Amino acid sequence: MKILIIGGGMGGTILANNLARRLAPELKSGKAKITMLTASDKHMYQPGLLYLAFGRVTPDELYKDQATLLEPGITLVVDPVEEFLLDANRVKTKGGKTFDYDVLAISTGSRPVPELIPGLAENSETFYTEETAVKMFRTLHSFQGGRVVIAVGVPHKCPMAPLEITFMLHDYFKDRGILDKVQLHYTYPIGRVHSLENVAKWAAPEFERLGITYETLFNLKEVDGKAKVVKSEEGTETPYDLLISIPAHRGMEVIEKNKLGAGGWIPTNRHQLNMEGRENVFVLGDTTNIPISKAGSTAHFEAEALGENIAAMVKLGSPVRHYDGKVFCFIEAGKDRATYAMFDYLNPPDPKPPTKAVHWFKMAYNKLYWSSARGLL
Amino acid sequence: MSERRVVDARGSFCPGPLMELISWIKLAQVGDELELLSTDKGSVSDVPEWVKKVGHDFLGSREESGVWHITVKKTK
Repeated sequence: MKILIIGGGMGGTILANNLARRLAPELKSGKAKITMLTASDKHMYQPGLLYLAFGRVTPDELYKDQATLLEPGITLVVDPVEEFLLDANRVKTKGGKTFDYDVLAISTGSRPVPELIPGLAENSETFYTEETAVKMFRTLHSFQGGRVVIAVGVPHKCPMAPLEITFMLHDYFKDRGILDKVQLHYTYPIGRVHSLENVAKWAAPEFERLGITYETLFNLKEVDGKAKVVKSEEGTETPYDLLISIPAHRGMEVIEKNKLGAGGWIPTNRHQLNMEGRENVFVLGDTTNIPISKAGSTAHFEAEALGENIAAMVKLGSPVRHYDGKVFCFIEAGKDRATYAMFDYLNPPDPKPPTKAVHWFKMAYNKLYWSSARGLL
Repeated sequence: MSERRVVDARGSFCPGPLMELISWIKLAQVGDELELLSTDKGSVSDVPEWVKKVGHDFLGSREESGVWHITVKKTK
């Protein structure tokens, strides 16, 4: 069985390694073959960008060579897919090669699209790429005070990021001794400060305790860089001296160009993770249209379920389990305290008060991630 | 030509039904209708509140076996 994995991010890498372990005898005998097609020979630890924006890590700490993360037996090809020929069980790459498959897994991820909001890219700081995170660090480093507004587009990768960046900005300015010269103002698209009700119930009083003002039902419409004002779809506006944005995201262009899903999100069965209407095409991570968090942990848990199922298809002839919607997100509540939210399709999260212990566990996880990507954790 | 899209946000705690609706309404064309499926009773009040504030049309809601079907038309 030829298994083709598109994308070398968290979902694709964990899936490939999980399968390589489960299918070790089949890989050895030639009964199974795993090939990964990816756009880069480097693998980035994307959650680290949040820390890069504050100068707490440097860019080089976020990368490893993709080849070093993969189990022996996996064929890695650095050549992104340009065409999906699903009826023929085939893909074509930018380099002009074709690859046939029996099972296809698509994990191409998502990308920030600040350009969809007039004025946003030119007038705000963000941290979703290495380049923008470094720029944000430099801006924060020289910032001497004023009104800092946090504005949030939807959908966005890492649903905890709006809260985390706000709490971390508070502690950053406090440590620099300029908190009395800074007014932090948080905005959020729906009628509370976070989509998770229990997280919102915890975060709103925290904002009040820390003197952070907030405004809900605020969906980004445009930014007037001259007047330094950000305007909402709801008809309100708020002035800023420094605008920090969580830009809206879209799936990758190759998904849209191949008409696999509007917005780059592929219609996906929420339990079996197969593309709707295709039994041998699976989707994981940000690429799905499943209404759950676009987060590394989602990709991780989906990859584990899918690894078990695809291995079972090879060994038993059919999948053996469902993905239950499990997500686990750390929530940094400042520079040295954190909590977490764990939930699935049926059970909402119940976050506990932040502690230093959880923060240090997150710090440890930032290093342990590489074991996670290798499928060891 | 206007389209109708079902946004299945059943069991969505995060991003949640309203955030899902906002995401898909941004991808829709003016005149399109979106039917949001939600298992969160709060959507029955959250969604019309947001729709009214932004200026889209709220076309109605009904409950069927614990699932709320909330229909909205994109107007701008």
